[in-house]
Amino acid sequence: MANFVQQVVSGLASGGIYGLLALAIVLINRSTGVINFAQGEMATLSAFLCWTLMDHGWAFWPAFAATLFLSFGGGLLLEAVVIRPIQNGPLVGIVILTIGLLIAINGLTTWIWGGAAKQFHGPFSTAPIRVGGVAFSKQDLGVIVVAFVAVGLVAALFARTRLGLALRAVAVNPLESRLVGIRASTMLAVGWGLAAALGAVAGVMAAPSLFLEPNMMQTVLLYAFAAAVLGGMESPLGAVVGGLLLGVVLNLAGTYVHWIGGELRLAVALALILGVLLVRPSGLFGRTALRRA
Amino acid sequence: MALLELRDVEARYGEIRALHGVTLSVGEGDFVALLGANGAGKTTTLRAISGTVRTSGDVLLDGQKLFRRTPEAMARRGVAHVPEGRGTFSTLSVLDNLRLGAWVHGNASPRDLAHVFEFFPLLYERRAQQAGLLSGGEQQMLALARAMMAKPRLLLLDEPSLGLAPLIAREIFDVLVRMNESGTTVVVVEQNATTALQAAQHAFVLETGRVVLGGEASDLQRNESVRRSYLGY
Repeated sequence: MANFVQQVVSGLASGGIYGLLALAIVLINRSTGVINFAQGEMATLSAFLCWTLMDHGWAFWPAFAATLFLSFGGGLLLEAVVIRPIQNGPLVGIVILTIGLLIAINGLTTWIWGGAAKQFHGPFSTAPIRVGGVAFSKQDLGVIVVAFVAVGLVAALFARTRLGLALRAVAVNPLESRLVGIRASTMLAVGWGLAAALGAVAGVMAAPSLFLEPNMMQTVLLYAFAAAVLGGMESPLGAVVGGLLLGVVLNLAGTYVHWIGGELRLAVALALILGVLLVRPSGLFGRTALRRA
Repeated sequence: MALLELRDVEARYGEIRALHGVTLSVGEGDFVALLGANGAGKTTTLRAISGTVRTSGDVLLDGQKLFRRTPEAMARRGVAHVPEGRGTFSTLSVLDNLRLGAWVHGNASPRDLAHVFEFFPLLYERRAQQAGLLSGGEQQMLALARAMMAKPRLLLLDEPSLGLAPLIAREIFDVLVRMNESGTTVVVVEQNATTALQAAQHAFVLETGRVVLGGEASDLQRNESVRRSYLGY
């Protein structure tokens, strides 16, 4: 029993990270209609920025704030330089471009910081706390709390603010948005900026437990996609709950289904994506885009 | 002075020229109908005004020549364009659509919302529904209601009655007339020339990208060639 609880708890901890990255994926999808494959590498790059600031003697929280700020700016820049020139082309072109970005950013981080893993000291202690035979750390709890705070902020942004309304409008119908007076190109850029900042949160939260290296988020990205599909590509809360659920399912499957072990975890994620798409294509929290025939 | 003036406006889609020098003027408070066969350039004329197609020639608002006419800039100048096909934000709620209509004024005021719901009580009942779930007529009403939220000086409408039951089309035109009476200048492209000429004060007839005839709507109703080509009697 203790082992079961242990697996659930550590599953939730890694699930929080999947959820955070999934949240960034959902955000960019909702505000620009793009599936961003570079989201993981962008998060890693942000984590390296934060690490570098701390390496230069900054305390964590100021470094984190600066990283969010820089990542937001970086997202704007990326949109302006790379995405905007092909904005009017087919959507699939932009999606493929993000795969190119994935490779390019990975190369950039390896070139600047080298491939060796770096120790990243986050704001929460990774020292284990034991409660009745179950071990977890403040880091584990911190990730989950941060994930829920982030989802609250994102949900409020979309549902309650003028900016959120404009972001949704542009994603649905860019031309129509311009006709009501919204600067659509600005909104697309802001969408990228926000997603980059949110990815930075995921990267910085992941780094203390995963060790910081250029490929840190690659597997996480796949899990994050699974989490986003599970929760519903459109739903911020779905992304985080999907992430947590996925973390737990993967851990339990790896522990109790002997032939899965550690090696087939990714395959479990794939099976889950397939299953969700077959049974409930809009995900657990997704709203089907209804349309009259 | 005219509210809106087009002087020798040309527009093209790639290689194809859609407007061959359109010149027309619309007075403040006017209700203008644009008539013409398919492909005569009616839709493109509206698009030239709202800045959604590249043009050469001059577009003047209040006698001022306009440069850099992006759609968002025109919206801020008080031009509301409802394109053909009931442009609504289909996955957003009816209420969100209306809020977006008021975008240029900041947040939608409860008073303006109440005013619009008075015109369209049905939209109030459906306010939480996705716009894409409304019927064709309801979507056209939503598109019009959204334009109303913008409190435009100049309202451009493309084929508002297309595919609608005659009764609903009449309702839409009644709303247009009421908006016009309360001060909004209206330019409407309409294939149903009878309805359009009854509601309008002035009309222009376009043929192959040019204005070939213009004047009082009542005069055009009596015009022999207009009757034969567009009114069918």
